Amino acid sequence: MTKQPAIELKNITKTFGKVVANKNVNLTAYRGEILSILGENGSGKTTLMNMISGIYFPDEGQIYIDEKEASITSPKDAFKYKIGMIHQHFKLVDVFTAAENIILGIEDGKYNLKASTEEIKKISNQYGFDLNPEKKIYTMSVSEKQTVEIIKVLYRGADILILDEPTAVLTPQETEKLFSILRRMRDDGKCIIIITHKLHEVLSLSDRVAVLRKGEYVGTVNTAETNESQLTEMMVGEKVDLNIKRNDPKNTTDRLVVNSITCVDRMGTTVLDNVSFTAKSGEILGIAGIAGSGQRELLESIAGLQRLEYGDIFYFDPKTGKKESLRDKTPVQIRHMGVRLSFVPEDRLGMGLVGNMDIVDNMMLRSYTKGNIFLKRKQPKDLALKIIKDLEVVTPSASTPVRRLSGGNVQKVLVGREIAASPTVLMVAYPVRGLDINSSYMIYNLLNQQKEQGVAIIFVGEDLDVLLELCDKIMVIGSGRITGIVDARTATKDEIGLLMTKAKEDGKENNNG
Amino acid sequence: MANTAEKHHDPLFRIVKRDDMPQWKAWIIRGITILVGFLLVGILSMLITEKSLLESYEVMFTGVFGRLLEGKTTMLWKYLQEIAILLALALALTPAFKMKFWNCGAEGQALMGGLASIYCMINFGERLSTPALFAIIIVTSIVAGAIWGLIPAVFKALFNTNETLFTLMMNYIATQIIAYYVYIEGGGSNVINPVSYGNFPSVGGNDYFVNIVTVAAITVIMFIYLKYSKQGYEISVVGESQNTARYVGINVKKVIIRTMAISGALCGVTGMLLVAGKDHSINTNLVGGQGFTAILMSWLGQFNPFIMVIMTAIVIFLKIGVSKVADASHLNSSFSEIIVGIVILMLVGCEFFIHYSIKFRHSKKEVKA
Repeated sequence: MTKQPAIELKNITKTFGKVVANKNVNLTAYRGEILSILGENGSGKTTLMNMISGIYFPDEGQIYIDEKEASITSPKDAFKYKIGMIHQHFKLVDVFTAAENIILGIEDGKYNLKASTEEIKKISNQYGFDLNPEKKIYTMSVSEKQTVEIIKVLYRGADILILDEPTAVLTPQETEKLFSILRRMRDDGKCIIIITHKLHEVLSLSDRVAVLRKGEYVGTVNTAETNESQLTEMMVGEKVDLNIKRNDPKNTTDRLVVNSITCVDRMGTTVLDNVSFTAKSGEILGIAGIAGSGQRELLESIAGLQRLEYGDIFYFDPKTGKKESLRDKTPVQIRHMGVRLSFVPEDRLGMGLVGNMDIVDNMMLRSYTKGNIFLKRKQPKDLALKIIKDLEVVTPSASTPVRRLSGGNVQKVLVGREIAASPTVLMVAYPVRGLDINSSYMIYNLLNQQKEQGVAIIFVGEDLDVLLELCDKIMVIGSGRITGIVDARTATKDEIGLLMTKAKEDGKENNNG
Repeated sequence: MANTAEKHHDPLFRIVKRDDMPQWKAWIIRGITILVGFLLVGILSMLITEKSLLESYEVMFTGVFGRLLEGKTTMLWKYLQEIAILLALALALTPAFKMKFWNCGAEGQALMGGLASIYCMINFGERLSTPALFAIIIVTSIVAGAIWGLIPAVFKALFNTNETLFTLMMNYIATQIIAYYVYIEGGGSNVINPVSYGNFPSVGGNDYFVNIVTVAAITVIMFIYLKYSKQGYEISVVGESQNTARYVGINVKKVIIRTMAISGALCGVTGMLLVAGKDHSINTNLVGGQGFTAILMSWLGQFNPFIMVIMTAIVIFLKIGVSKVADASHLNSSFSEIIVGIVILMLVGCEFFIHYSIKFRHSKKEVKA
């Protein structure tokens, strides 16, 4: 079978200010194949695809579609060339139905919802989607919304599909389902390009892999002829040991006991429902779940930032052995009680740090209340310099605003500050989101060091492979309820995936009955 | 070139965000803008008044500084006094702005401070000794301004109301209260005759000495407060990210309320300076719109008190200087307001070129396939 090139990129370069996002990229994708674009965060994958889908215009170079030069200046142009992109963040109107969202923006002078619905059903059947076109978006799960986005581009006749990190928000089961649909589309002769940084997905799904590193094109390999370590080396530029070491917990004692807590948000919705668990010293407790299932509220409850309706949280002081209740305490009161609680929240620059302040002033956030009415910058400055040195933070100086650092370096500053407070309980939420591989492993190592020192660690994560490798126990949360606590050494991904959606199914049964 | 451009539908120019420009370079751009502004002012004056460029500038400078070479300093002190008032209002707004609380109520807060002063001067002037009278004037005007700032702050903290609209509306209430007070006190004449009690003393024959020294002190204190005090640090954190503040345990509501009390109090002090240190009377036009100009001054000074000194000095220079040019040619005062407006717009506009650069199509390298 001769392969027909669907899209060809020649010498594509794109710069933003001084930052070179893509440099002389050459790439070909064929019809009837799945091509993975693999690269670390910030390697220019999304920028490259945005140029194909008309969001950016390349500074230099040409794009060829079906071996003819193309000029794609807007997403509309892209549709003209039958290119459809499914973005990482969905762009749907919440109060519209699936069908209304799908036909939105098509200017063919007709508005026939019935005919469109039939057409949508036909597409669904052809590829095996499971979608009710009359369902409103706001009642949909994340994977259903993604389905709408995919059908939206298919409806417009796209035969080159680009998916940006499509599995980031899916459970293992949903991922498998999506992959089988993508394979069916490939067999139908479509060209599928998927952007990802997850190696095992690349290996299980794609026919070929194109690797980008720091905006430059490294090469393309056939999936059948490669393996994880070769791909990592292409991606990072050096050999990386991908194993996370995990020692057995030693001398564990109860440190934090959460006793059937319930929280209600401003709208009156129950966000945490009767949650109980124990975090032990010298142990990493992982929390898995679909995004927005109550992870943030749970951590905020412990930190004194959420009002509890019912239940209580107890802290066991490692020095005195005293048991103290954290219920109805503010963060400052908790600190004054001698509870050494450190927290690395999910939104680094929105919750943990102040983007426009420099590293020194960000260090001060945790310690500035000590002393008289004036600030003392000496100690924070020493700490900042120490963290820059120990954690290899890449920054022009300690007085650079943190917003100008890269994601990995921002996270090092935040984690460094929280660890410097010598915590007894350390809570981290999505600590490696958006980080390159080396920074991620540095964070894992830091967590392991803290575990060795007897800190009770609560780790909210999204990558199940990492949770299974790093944690000692994994607690699964679904719709604000704990659906299971498993031993991370013996549990499987599928098992956790099923627990993640369990609460919702229970809920459905209740509604029906 | 034209052909390829058409084929690519390449835009004529693109606006590109700059990397952070070094401060010295940004100041060169601002400096050039100010110089171009001065030149434009001169040329416009020349065109409209049919005087020569040099003559226009001469009128402007002597109008602002007076006959300094002949040892006459009256005009200079007047100039400094005007700077002091505008600067005081800008300083008062700055802590609120750093907290991203858009206090547009400097007018009203200053009016209430002025009202407190004049009330004390009229009612306690005869009965109290001078030091006691000053003490009570100072305290009541601070409290009055602070209350006027606190009302919107409390609503913001508790119910998240929009502070811009709220503070603006409070201005109108203050204006009407003053109008009513003037009506009562002036016996229906709409004028309060200057009160001779509780006037700030003149030092070395200079009536405005107290005002100028007070504002100079506030400038230094505000700089230290914002940069080196814990409260100043909390203000910055709350302004940058309320969530970060919440996560480290800062009581955001308390900071909002406390900061607006300070902002309102300083506006109240400015009202006092206007009444006890200058007018010795009150009317609804006491602040004369400077509470709004002060918003711009705070921004153009990038919330740095010392830069604000320079910015207010420039704006007041233009305001007085151009109005002298207008007077000399029998134009009305709108002329000077238009000119000041144009220069301020230029100063605001130059920030665009500091943060963005414009790339034209021909600067693109052509790559032939």
